[in-house]
Amino acid sequence: MKDFWHRFRANKGGIVGLVLLAAIVAVALLAPMLFPGNPWKMVARPFVPPFEGMKFPLGTDTVGRNVAAGLAYGGRVSLLVGLVSTLAALLIGIPVGALAGYFGGRIDDLLMRVTEFFQTVPSFALAIVIVAIFQPSVVSITLAIGIVSWPPVARLVRGEVMSLRQREYIEAAILQGLSTPAIILRQILPNAVSPIIVMASLMVASAILLESSLSFLGLGDPNLMSWGYMIGAARTVIRQAWWLSLFPGVAIVLTVLALNLIGESLNDALNPRLSRRRS
Amino acid sequence: MRGTTFMKIATRIAARLAKAAVVLLAILVLNFLLIHAAPGDPAVVMAGEAGATDDVFLAQLREKFGLDQPLYMQLGKYVWDVLHLDLGFSYRQQMPVFDLLMDRLPATLLLTGSAFAVSLILGVAAGVLAASRVGKWSDTLISTVALLFYATPLFWAALMGVLLFSVVLGWLPPFGYETVGSGFTGMRRALDIAQHLALPALSLGLFFMAVYSRMTRASMLEVAQLDFVKTARAKGLSRGVIERRHILRNALLPIVTLAGLQAGQLVGGAVLTETVFAWPGIGRLMFEALTQRDYNVLLGVFFVSAAMVIVFNLITDLIYGIVDPRIRAQ
Repeated sequence: MKDFWHRFRANKGGIVGLVLLAAIVAVALLAPMLFPGNPWKMVARPFVPPFEGMKFPLGTDTVGRNVAAGLAYGGRVSLLVGLVSTLAALLIGIPVGALAGYFGGRIDDLLMRVTEFFQTVPSFALAIVIVAIFQPSVVSITLAIGIVSWPPVARLVRGEVMSLRQREYIEAAILQGLSTPAIILRQILPNAVSPIIVMASLMVASAILLESSLSFLGLGDPNLMSWGYMIGAARTVIRQAWWLSLFPGVAIVLTVLALNLIGESLNDALNPRLSRRRS
Repeated sequence: MRGTTFMKIATRIAARLAKAAVVLLAILVLNFLLIHAAPGDPAVVMAGEAGATDDVFLAQLREKFGLDQPLYMQLGKYVWDVLHLDLGFSYRQQMPVFDLLMDRLPATLLLTGSAFAVSLILGVAAGVLAASRVGKWSDTLISTVALLFYATPLFWAALMGVLLFSVVLGWLPPFGYETVGSGFTGMRRALDIAQHLALPALSLGLFFMAVYSRMTRASMLEVAQLDFVKTARAKGLSRGVIERRHILRNALLPIVTLAGLQAGQLVGGAVLTETVFAWPGIGRLMFEALTQRDYNVLLGVFFVSAAMVIVFNLITDLIYGIVDPRIRAQ
């Protein structure tokens, strides 16, 4: 563990990412305390420019809602959807990859065909279709992102399981009469955890990008304030009110950047063999 | 010898085509399942729900889809129709979906094609530059910018592009395909379209520009360690020649693989870019279908965009075979 922290710290980007993410998570968690009341509520006249007073430091939007409050509450949605949809993707991808890698043969063929299919289909277009048909809600958005993001997980897990399957300790476990589920769950998967963690941290970042893109198009949960929705709603008034599009976008970039930096550092720390050669 | 190579390539293409056909068929089945999984009457779903439907039309739809027949019969009919280029009728636009799509497809092909070229050329160039100055400030700058682009949502990059280049600087038109009512022809018109195309293509290509530059840099640095490069150096070849002829050529192979992945991102991203720039392609059509709940059009766009990806993959696959002789030999 100490060794891990040491290697993680070696990459300054990871520390920057951790600090950034901690700040964003703190604001999102404290949103109800920082900005009591509903972020959808009109609190002032519309189009108050930013930095003109402490009351609305980031200005107000087209109908007089507090932009800063919207950002704080939007962070909750982005982080939550990012996290849960990644979990959903792992819940689909890990079993598919593990089964394909462990059993090989026809099962592998079949599962990999399905995986390839989902990789070929343009993922954002599929997410749009799923959310539109099942009506926009936090559940349909999370599921749609999970459904389009699992194939890389399945491929990664399959590769890991295939190589671990050849090891002698697995032969030993089979000879000992351990059941197949026990071997996969307790002997193989724990040894494949590090690359999965690295991939998952990067997937949270791309899930946040996907969520913001969906809500930008008006496919966000109609009851939840989100960064993508804020930009989408401000799109047509960009000439009059630049701040309405700028700030939520910066929030998305910082969050995604933080997660990407953390992911790369985790990669350096957990997979020293695979990490980029430093020159 | 020639004949057998030709035969091999022909078999490869045939195998790929068969696979592509299976994938397309699977997408049709997926479309069909989605319509039936949607809450409510499939006929109402297909017609769009926002009140603009009348009973006669619904009855027509029910009859057309044979909604009283068993599910597999319905699926068969659906596939049969699509094979005859019948993707249904858009009640909102009063036009067959297929015609709508064909009207809009050229604009999207122009946009995605340009975005692909822009991202590939600029991305690889930036990656080569960064790799040849590894550790210097220009390398750090390129890598930092790539990291930022990598985290930027496409639609926001597009909006910020409009803000900077159209609103503040006034260099480029903020939206549209060409100047309406200008009456431009020939070269003048092409130039006008190119001006309108610049911002959308650049913002659509931004993400993969970052991907290509990071990949090219890493791949160049890796190849530079290999023995054959050392040999080339020992032979006394100049740095530039080694970089171009020895390193870059080999470093480009993983880039071709990535290009296949980009196709999906491009057609998906086109929905966002075309929405921001009012670009009259199938992406904008998808956005319109969303706001009008025109599910027939929505699924039509999904099908065509998937088909575009498949065709693109087929092409990169063939290119890969040409670039890498090891694959041709298999």
